[in-house]
Amino acid sequence: MTKIEQEATERHVLMLTVDNEAGILAKIAGLFTARGYNIDSLTVSEITGDHQVSRITIVTHGPPAVIDQIRAQLERLIPVHKVVDLTEQGPYVERELALIKVVGKGEARVEALRLAEVFRARPVDTTTESFVFELTGTPEKIDSFVALMGDLGLVETARTGVVGMIRGKAST
Amino acid sequence: MTEERSGAQILVESLVRQDVEFVFGYPGGAVLPIYDALFGEERLRHILVRHEAGAAHAAEGYARSTGKPGVVLVTSGPGATNAVTGIADAFLDSIPLVVITGQVGTPLIGSDAFQEADTVGITRHCCKHNYLVKDPANLAAVIDEAFQIATTGRPGPVVIDIPKDVQIATAIFPEGPVQRRNRYSPQMAGGEAEIAQAIELIAKAKAPVFYTGGGVINSGPRATDLLRELQAITKAPVTSTLMGLGAFPADHEDWLGMLGMHGTYEANWAMNQADLIICVGARFDDRVTGRLDAFAPNSTKIHIDIDRASVNKTVQVDLPIIGDCATVLQQILDGWKGRKAQDLTAWKARVTEWRAKKSLSYAENPAAIPPQRAIERLFELTRAHDPIISTEVGQHQMWAAQHFHFFGPNKWLTSGGLGTMGYGLPAIIGAQLGNPGKLCIDIAGEASIQMNIQELGTATQYRLPVKIFILNNEWMGMVRQWQELTYESRYSNSYSDSLPDFVKLAQAYGWKGISIENEGQLDAGIQEMIAYDGPVIVDCRVAKDANCFPMIPSGAAHTDMLLPGDVVTGTMDDSAKALV
Repeated sequence: MTKIEQEATERHVLMLTVDNEAGILAKIAGLFTARGYNIDSLTVSEITGDHQVSRITIVTHGPPAVIDQIRAQLERLIPVHKVVDLTEQGPYVERELALIKVVGKGEARVEALRLAEVFRARPVDTTTESFVFELTGTPEKIDSFVALMGDLGLVETARTGVVGMIRGKAST
Repeated sequence: MTEERSGAQILVESLVRQDVEFVFGYPGGAVLPIYDALFGEERLRHILVRHEAGAAHAAEGYARSTGKPGVVLVTSGPGATNAVTGIADAFLDSIPLVVITGQVGTPLIGSDAFQEADTVGITRHCCKHNYLVKDPANLAAVIDEAFQIATTGRPGPVVIDIPKDVQIATAIFPEGPVQRRNRYSPQMAGGEAEIAQAIELIAKAKAPVFYTGGGVINSGPRATDLLRELQAITKAPVTSTLMGLGAFPADHEDWLGMLGMHGTYEANWAMNQADLIICVGARFDDRVTGRLDAFAPNSTKIHIDIDRASVNKTVQVDLPIIGDCATVLQQILDGWKGRKAQDLTAWKARVTEWRAKKSLSYAENPAAIPPQRAIERLFELTRAHDPIISTEVGQHQMWAAQHFHFFGPNKWLTSGGLGTMGYGLPAIIGAQLGNPGKLCIDIAGEASIQMNIQELGTATQYRLPVKIFILNNEWMGMVRQWQELTYESRYSNSYSDSLPDFVKLAQAYGWKGISIENEGQLDAGIQEMIAYDGPVIVDCRVAKDANCFPMIPSGAAHTDMLLPGDVVTGTMDDSAKALV
């Protein structure tokens, strides 16, 4: 029997600045599919007043050689200005925002609110039977909060994906 | 006051400014305004092909043989999708093309309009860059940048999709050169530290080999000269990929022949045993490396490439040098400063032993012409004409690469990366247009030639004296060979049944048809082909069951080559079948 083998992978956060032109997101997302790379999360937004430049943060995983290829392939796209591997360039900060809906009554509801305080999650909507919490942090922090809410009436999670930036005064 | 012009007129003016000689195209609804602007235009010549795939391949042949970008013009929908194979082909072989596709009018985009296809979406991953132009005011700048992107750095195809209303709407066409965005500037020169390191490595290597590729050809004739200069100093043996043939003269004593799956024994063994591999403009393709974990295991590797993404893609190298081949070779030569290379006598002696295997030899066949013999005679008899050769894809292509010999760049046009059957005829048409008066021959197989056979009419229309030399063995020979070697001779659908009479087909298109049935007719047939002042099809009947050797079987190492006369039995295991 022939089996497909898997290699050990590592997680990398990549930051790109790109020309904000039609099709650029499809081009980048499609490059990942076409070449068999992984996207764990992808965020994109304009960052200049004239709407000319967008910043994209991609979280990916793969063997080191593949990560190197991903960077080289992204750099090869004409509208891509630069690609910075934050994981490699680091240290860096990364943050993600999540909205988490928890439905429940009685003790579970009180416990959910208590844990939210511990995590500094803010209720941004509430009814007598539900909360929507807003939580910002590293993906791990959000993971653990979501896991805790699992027993306390978690019904829905929305996450933005990671944005990141190099620490210190230097700009990427 | 600068006058306003229609998008179509801006396009034509821009092409003229780019010194475009030929536009290979086919009209249709969504490009009618452009065709109207071309009507009576004498500054550039439109070549009407018979199918859009032919347009793209003809533009490739023109580009590869002249070093100038090829220009394609097709309509929306099926026009664009038919051109996609040629675009993908040019992408993998790094051929500069500018492909202009018509699109339905902007208000209709996305409405499943007649002959609408998402050309930008479809071509996204098989071109170097693409554009959908929605405002005629942007057209001049887009075309200018498209030519820059197609021709500089690692060359490749650039697609410009122009909706019909944008072709009709008017905008100001700047008198002078357009303002360029300047966002694309490939690195030409290698880093100084890397160059110094490369010189050290080359100077102390005891068993070096140059492994050269299509990048040397793409870099221009100067790269070829510099490669020869550097080789003359170092005396290292030279091998080349399929795409790089011609960069180093095939009659040179240090020429090893092509490497890879159907490369020579000496080339593959030299790669395996080398202590230094100097890769110039090649990309460690799977057809070259064979089994990766056994590829050149004891060598230090220098990789000169203009494309950073080609470095460490499949093979990890020790010293990458990002830059243009010619520029980097010049830097190495400048930095060499009268050093003395190592004495390579011992290394050359090993090469001589490998050569003695005579891996390109083949069995005589009293009953039929060995296909290798046909290529050898074609080479000998046309050599004085310094011909341009194109091929289709398959056994005949590999035999041509092995037995036809090249002495200069831009003479060898073949679909290497994508392996597109049907490439050769349109490509040789493009080459003939770019090289009037030159002997231009498509070496074909009877199966491949049928894939773009309609282009016979194009050559007839423009009175192009191209020659097609068909090695007719009545099989899709390479498929048959793989089925014989890896699938216990189960010849599933590889027989070329119901073949046309190629001589009559030639005559039907106003060509000359010549049939060669046996070895006694071979030389006379080839000479008749050369002597005829017009297009010729030669139907050369060859041995039907010949295999192309040497061969590195699927999943094997360079050292496990099959040589002529090796007997292969049994079936291949699944992991080897899946590998290549």
